Amino acid sequence: MIKVFIPTPLRKFTNGESSVAVEAGSVSEAISSLASAFPEVRQHLYDANDEFRKFIRIYVGDEDIHHLDGPATLLVNGDDISIIPAIAGGTN
Amino acid sequence: MNIMAQITFSKEELERYSRHLIIPEFNIEGQRKLKGSKVLIVGTGGLGAPLLQYLTAAGVGTIGILDFDIVDDSNLQRQVLFTVDDVGLPKVDAAKRRLEKLNPFINLVTHNVRLDSDNALEIIKDYDLVADGSDNFPTRYLVNDACVLLGKPNVYASIFRFEGQVSVFNYLNEDGTRGPNYRDLFPSPPPPGLVPSCAEGGVIGVLPGILGSLQANEVIKVLTGLGEPLVGRLFLFDAATFETRTLKVRKDPQNPISGVNPTITELIDYEEFCGVPGMAAKQDVESVDEITVTELNEMLQNDVNITLIDVREPYEFEIVNMSGILIPLNQVEMHLDKIPKNKKVVIHCRSGARSADAIRLLQKSHGYDNLYNLKGGILAWAKEIDTTLPVY
Repeated sequence: MIKVFIPTPLRKFTNGESSVAVEAGSVSEAISSLASAFPEVRQHLYDANDEFRKFIRIYVGDEDIHHLDGPATLLVNGDDISIIPAIAGGTN
Repeated sequence: MNIMAQITFSKEELERYSRHLIIPEFNIEGQRKLKGSKVLIVGTGGLGAPLLQYLTAAGVGTIGILDFDIVDDSNLQRQVLFTVDDVGLPKVDAAKRRLEKLNPFINLVTHNVRLDSDNALEIIKDYDLVADGSDNFPTRYLVNDACVLLGKPNVYASIFRFEGQVSVFNYLNEDGTRGPNYRDLFPSPPPPGLVPSCAEGGVIGVLPGILGSLQANEVIKVLTGLGEPLVGRLFLFDAATFETRTLKVRKDPQNPISGVNPTITELIDYEEFCGVPGMAAKQDVESVDEITVTELNEMLQNDVNITLIDVREPYEFEIVNMSGILIPLNQVEMHLDKIPKNKKVVIHCRSGARSADAIRLLQKSHGYDNLYNLKGGILAWAKEIDTTLPVY
């Protein structure tokens, strides 16, 4: 089982869930599985070329998948995935 | 450290800072470093409040207070620097007045301006460190780039609803290299409208207090050299679940300002940089027919037969409404039966963005040609027509 942490801006598309458990062998499988369960999430994670959007980082554990094998990064049971969006709030 | 040796303290200052001085790793050397430092706080809001108060209390020698806004009633839920008496005053003046009472031994400099590409380098160059508590992507990238170009550390925090992020960017390592910066973490901003601001999305009032305090702690660590600053790491805090994580941030060779082949060598137009719609949003930007609140008011007073639709969320409707038919934006297509095609339909939201999205959707996918967007939304209505209504 892989735990995917859902950032606050995307929780309105996951029925308010802050994490979602999926069965997956790789990062792309895990995110696809998430997007199948919650279709509205898809457009926020993937761009028109079906690649992860640049203002969102995907981590496995504490490491950015850019420094692993990207979407092909393999997962083992118990791994955590974090979706980290750019947020800008502070003043108003 | 000749310069440091010249920094001395009065009896009153020694007594004030005694709880720092008796920490063995901090002692009077740490306090001297604070007194000899100049820190610029960008944004005098939710994050700025704890930042300014703790850094003032701690004895940072010169603190720059930068904001262009005035204190508003809706700030007081979290911007604990301000009181009811400050409403209507420039934030920087209200902040300075409060902070002077907290610590008369430091130098407070106000910058009552919006930070932009024309003034950022000139303002920031006089400071040793910047703490970014701004509230929008253009300013985030501007602060980052100015700090990279000037070689200043940038202590970053950002919040949204229940969630916060903290990191220390562009830190000068002992070997002379620089730590990662904001562009290593997020190479490009989200298209406008995709990530709501706190004004649109809300924020729990305590959250900036927590994140701004963590930010202040990192500022003190960077200035004094104490501990291990949050360099190359991103701290995440979810106040709703109490989930905390610390993730690695690495330098990206492709970074356009600090990578192998930098293409950004001076400040750019950050509004443009953050405002260019992404590929997905590009097809959506055609304009829609608009109606002003004054025009709507005249139509209502003359009993013109129109339907008013409100595409905000139910919790927003509870705060204030104009008696429109409530159909939240993401449910519009499920309620086409409530949106007539044979008469004028005015659609509104808070400020006009979501209602424009609704109109584009209805025109494109469902053949409507009788829809008008209320310009400025219910905020404009409350400001210009019915001033008894609350704004949010």
